[in-house]
Amino acid sequence: MKIPILRLGRILLVSIQEDLTDTEAMQFQSDLVNEVAEIEALGVAVDITALDVVDSYMARVINDTASMVRLLGAEVVICGVQPFVAMTLIEMGRDLIGADCTFNLDQGLEQLKTRIASRGDIRFAGDEDE
Amino acid sequence: MNEPAPAERIAIRTHNDIVTARHAAREHSARLGFGRAYQTRLATAVSELTRNVIQYAGEGSCLIEGQNDADGCSIQVTVEDHGPGIPDLALALADGFSTSGGLGAGLPGTRRLVDHFQISSEPGLTRVVIRIRKAR
Repeated sequence: MKIPILRLGRILLVSIQEDLTDTEAMQFQSDLVNEVAEIEALGVAVDITALDVVDSYMARVINDTASMVRLLGAEVVICGVQPFVAMTLIEMGRDLIGADCTFNLDQGLEQLKTRIASRGDIRFAGDEDE
Repeated sequence: MNEPAPAERIAIRTHNDIVTARHAAREHSARLGFGRAYQTRLATAVSELTRNVIQYAGEGSCLIEGQNDADGCSIQVTVEDHGPGIPDLALALADGFSTSGGLGAGLPGTRRLVDHFQISSEPGLTRVVIRIRKAR
């Protein structure tokens, strides 16, 4: 299964809609990082509302992906971590998700917008086409 | 009241089987009436353990058994493989230790998610038994 990466100006939206195998998770990581580089994205929002299990492997993939995206120069936000997923991750003993998180995609986009604006180099991508 | 809850054995051979096993763990615990917090803990624990099987032994099995009794219900999961075994169990159970480049949260993390955790390992047989329990 390939995870669709939606483009909104120079913002990328990814919504992980089903439980990924390890192989699919790695594929997702490389697809997203490549796409960020390709369009020189300003920001990326990854929505994981639909994930009801995030184990240490998936948490690491999400963390690493966020770090890679930041290294390229884009802002990143993880959206929609489920309450039981948050509880489980912390109970496992680690702050496994180090990236910035928001309750939902709406707030994620708002946060990206604010962060991109505060970088001051480029206007918010959503306004570009106007 | 004391009807036997179903058991399910899942062969662990590929990454897909990790997904199958964690879904099965969630379904069994939901069916027995465990809340979502427990379902998530058990599914996550099973995911960690079955991944270890793939990573270190190549293949193995995962047996999920539910049990109803007068005092409550429980689910026991036994994950086994015939791989090389874990040379130093104490070290493998220590936080932050990993031989595979992982976060090292696997075994110690799993132990914190469940009510009962038992591990034995020798070359040719590694067995982890975990259990969650709910009082009536």
